[in-house]
Amino acid sequence: MIAIVDYKAGNLTSVQRALDHLGLASCVTLDPDVVRRAERIIFPGVGHAGTAMAVLKERGLDVALQAAYAAGTPILGTCVGAQVILGHSEEGDTTCLGLIAGGCERFRPNDAALKVPHMGWNEVSVVKDHPVLRGVPDGAEFYFVHSYYLRPADAANVYATSDHGVTFPAIIGQRNLIATQFHSEKSGPVGLAILSNFAGWSGSPC
Amino acid sequence: MLSKRLISCLDVRNGRLAKSVKFVDTRDIGDPVETARRYYAAGLDELVFYDITASSDERDIMIDVVSQVAAQVFIPFSVGGGLRTVADCSRVLLAGAEKVNVNSAAVKNPQLIADASLAFGAQAVVLSMDIVRVPASAAIPSGYEIVINGGRTPMGLDALAWARQGAALGAGEIVVNSIDADGTRAGYEVRLTRLIADAVTIPVIASGGGGQPEHLYEVLTDGHADAALVASMLHFGEYTVPEIKDYLLGRGLKMRRTAGQAVA
Repeated sequence: MIAIVDYKAGNLTSVQRALDHLGLASCVTLDPDVVRRAERIIFPGVGHAGTAMAVLKERGLDVALQAAYAAGTPILGTCVGAQVILGHSEEGDTTCLGLIAGGCERFRPNDAALKVPHMGWNEVSVVKDHPVLRGVPDGAEFYFVHSYYLRPADAANVYATSDHGVTFPAIIGQRNLIATQFHSEKSGPVGLAILSNFAGWSGSPC
Repeated sequence: MLSKRLISCLDVRNGRLAKSVKFVDTRDIGDPVETARRYYAAGLDELVFYDITASSDERDIMIDVVSQVAAQVFIPFSVGGGLRTVADCSRVLLAGAEKVNVNSAAVKNPQLIADASLAFGAQAVVLSMDIVRVPASAAIPSGYEIVINGGRTPMGLDALAWARQGAALGAGEIVVNSIDADGTRAGYEVRLTRLIADAVTIPVIASGGGGQPEHLYEVLTDGHADAALVASMLHFGEYTVPEIKDYLLGRGLKMRRTAGQAVA
């Protein structure tokens, strides 16, 4: 059973529908005990990092996610869910979960033709192989919607990149945690492949 | 670098397509869910559903369509038509749509854009604008006026000013629909699209007038549009999604490649 963390920040029905389509059992929960005990966790999100963190703290989900990460539970973060696993976000000057060292910064393109939010389909270049990327061609396009981008402190945490005026991490990970800036559940067959791979992932990065 | 998006819109009345869609196998399909599924399989980047159901008590049928599409189609899609309140928007988003499309209701009540943007995020709010060309005047300095009710009611509102206001209120994208070009299949209103795309920092979707792949090329380059909406050229079975994309790729545009996907 995959626990989808409900923190009122995202389009949870999309993630759950994609898992249903793949025949993968899931539950949407905001119960920290369910998250702690989950076999694997998807941590989705659309919205404001500050709001997301406030809800996580209020529900005790921040501590539950930290505990699950420490216990080795495979965790997939997406979009804002990927951003708040870092230590800090420029959005609302928010202190985040800090599961991976680093922060999030706003896109500030020099070129007026580059719009913010970065919204639409963009190529993802694989930097380092990972089990969740099995069967995903290098350069495949995924659906992004975000104004802030991931900046992990250690380049070793970057598994794939994309480009929007600046080359930014599209996938970051560490141990049993993998996180995509894009929305796998809205990215067609390649996105579904990532969700499917995640469901079978042991939690070891190689 | 972002790809340009190919979007198609489907008009839905009482749960069925208002005009059926023809595929290369020449079958006519009136089912919006099956049509969406086939366009998705063919590599379309995004879908828009306009609910043109006349009576509001039949809107539940649309919610059912939205949730069926969401269960089978894993690309973003938006829903418009008849959304007057944040609660209306919430229903289609909870049913699985990625975005809502607001048009007439937002012209009458601009606060709807701000309220929906606050509730769901700017990325979920698409402002659709129906626009006609008029002589430039003090009230309409750009020479483009906002109309509602499918183009029948001029609102005395300058399209350029409305686009700026909509973006400032929190819309995440703008659809520029030229009523003059709509249905002509003679090409998009490139000048209008560019005027608006250059005036806002959010993505602009060109709509109305697309009849051939080169029309998309024009509006995605000269028109500065981020995406182009197509209807009849796809629905009548004259072009397929891969044909349109291959043409645009061949002209040097960046499009999401969909090699290996089924042709519909």
